[in-house]
Amino acid sequence: MTSTPATLNYEKPTPGGRYSLWDLMRSEWLKLSSVRSTFWTLGLTVIIGLGVSAIASSVTRSHWSSQSASSRASFDPTSLSLTGVFVAQLIIGVLGVMVMSGEYGTGTIRATLSAAPRRPLVLLAKVAVFGAVALVVALVTSFLAFFIGQTLLSAPAVHATLSTPGALREVVGTGLFIGLIGIFSLGLATIIRHTAGAISTFVAILLVVPNILRAFPNSVFNDAIRYFPSRIGAAFLSSNQGPPRNAFSPWIGLLVMAAYTVALLILGAMVMVRRDA
Amino acid sequence: MIEAKGLTKRFGDKLAVDQLSFEVRPGFVTGFLGPNGSGKSTTMRMIMGLDYANAGDARVNGHHYHDLRWPLREVGALLEARAIHPGRSARKHLLMMAAANRIARRRVDEVLDVVGLTDVANQRVGKFSLGMGQRLGIAAALLGDPGVLLFDEPINGLDPDGIRWVRLLLKSLAQEGRTVFVSSHLMSEMALTADEVVIIGKGRLIVQIAIDELLAQSSRRSVRVSSPDLASLRSALDGVGATTSVEDDGSLTVRGKDHREIGTLAAQRSIVLYELTPQSESLEEAFMDLTESSVEYTGSPSASPQQLKETER
Ligand SMILES: Nc1ncnc2c1ncn2[C@@H]1O[C@H](COP(=O)(O)OP(=O)(O)OP(=O)(O)O)[C@@H](O)[C@H]1O
Ligand SMILES: [Mg+2]
Repeated sequence: MTSTPATLNYEKPTPGGRYSLWDLMRSEWLKLSSVRSTFWTLGLTVIIGLGVSAIASSVTRSHWSSQSASSRASFDPTSLSLTGVFVAQLIIGVLGVMVMSGEYGTGTIRATLSAAPRRPLVLLAKVAVFGAVALVVALVTSFLAFFIGQTLLSAPAVHATLSTPGALREVVGTGLFIGLIGIFSLGLATIIRHTAGAISTFVAILLVVPNILRAFPNSVFNDAIRYFPSRIGAAFLSSNQGPPRNAFSPWIGLLVMAAYTVALLILGAMVMVRRDA
Repeated sequence: MIEAKGLTKRFGDKLAVDQLSFEVRPGFVTGFLGPNGSGKSTTMRMIMGLDYANAGDARVNGHHYHDLRWPLREVGALLEARAIHPGRSARKHLLMMAAANRIARRRVDEVLDVVGLTDVANQRVGKFSLGMGQRLGIAAALLGDPGVLLFDEPINGLDPDGIRWVRLLLKSLAQEGRTVFVSSHLMSEMALTADEVVIIGKGRLIVQIAIDELLAQSSRRSVRVSSPDLASLRSALDGVGATTSVEDDGSLTVRGKDHREIGTLAAQRSIVLYELTPQSESLEEAFMDLTESSVEYTGSPSASPQQLKETER
């Protein structure tokens, strides 16, 4: 005795083609824009970027008369106005981590990969959407910080305009660098998966390891420090003194940073493909 | 249609799924039964391409999950652990899934309605109760109107109304010709819902069998009988090959004959019966028997395919 077998077989037409990168990018956009933490962190990135820069600029302006002639001569108003943007890299990095680690932490990754089992394509969509958002926010913050800072550096302090030699490079370079930092940390989280672990690693690479390096003999430090993101970033903030010593020139540094990011993402894609979700 | 062939999964030293082969056919509710830790969830994750098999192969509609062109339109799954960002609303969760497979937005509202979450669709999922989360998971599974559905312990956290609703839903999905594969560790639940069960123990297939057949085959199936003339009844039953045992309360437990046969026999011999009750817990016992003895199959890897054939309808 068995129950009557249904002869009907569920058939329905499916559209031609296949889910595409564009479909996944739309999905990623919905994910990114539907959690509050995105807005908090991006908001905080802008607020800190602008706030710290504004404070630095007004403090400098108010102490201007007590500055020595030599420090006035070497003063770079563009760098100063971008101080806050560099502080904000920590926050955009945290967001980059959470965009990926959040998927694993909450289990959303299973829904994501059920809809799109080609994992590298999922990663690519995430990088495209988050990367675009991070770069736009970083560039806008960088420009705003520059304009606010220059406005606050009123006479007698000197200030820059975008046509001041090196200023535009500093502003654009800083924006690109900070945006890249966000993608870099997303790549880290693809490999590490856990929020806390990925954020610790990110902070270690950015701040801790370069400081530990100072304990080594100068020759070692000088050779190694140029490869760290912090030094690469610093190279953008020195238009009127040439790049800091033991550093790549700004644009080469940006390429190195981009190479790191691509390498992390390729490694991340490999880890994603090999490991269970 | 879901096919598993020799599926094997190791976690370190632990063999979670061991050369598991079975087929889940369209038009039926197929239960996936096994004690805790027997590898049900792992098997489902392998079918979905989320976990990788160390050996063997799982296919859905003849394809590896990875190669599906519109996965959510072909396969829907509610997996065991809640897989939803607590900060996202139910609607946004479904919308982001729909976008990935180009499913119309209106379908999101449809499935929210089907599972009864329309009123809370814009609330953050973090505030949902276990049952509401489960309903959202079911909505996600139905999103692409797929022909193949997997549910890992779908009644977890549901109230009696919810359980009844899931039962009816599973049956109606199968009646529409869909493939419905649903895990549970409760044989009694599957007896109410499933047409067929795949029973595993320690990651190995024990048997794939129709529920009715399982009921019929169960040697443990018993009937409780009481009668003022116990001695005559016992000898009559012994005469037709049933086994009997007298319980403490003076009733008789009969195995090997069902209640119809016993009643007929008693009438023919003019033996008065006070009680004739088929013991319904025997199904759960049958399941326990099967899973306890799963170790017996260790030595004979050929047992599984053969059993499969035997139980094919
Ligand atoms: N990610 C993992 N890492 C290590 N071991 C795992 C993992 N997932 C499952 N296991 C182990 O594999 C075995 C099978 O687990 P699984 O969750 O598939 O069983 P199950 O049949 O779903 O159990 P339950 O009825 O409790 O849900 C268990 O021993 C479990 O501990
Ligand atoms: Mg399970």
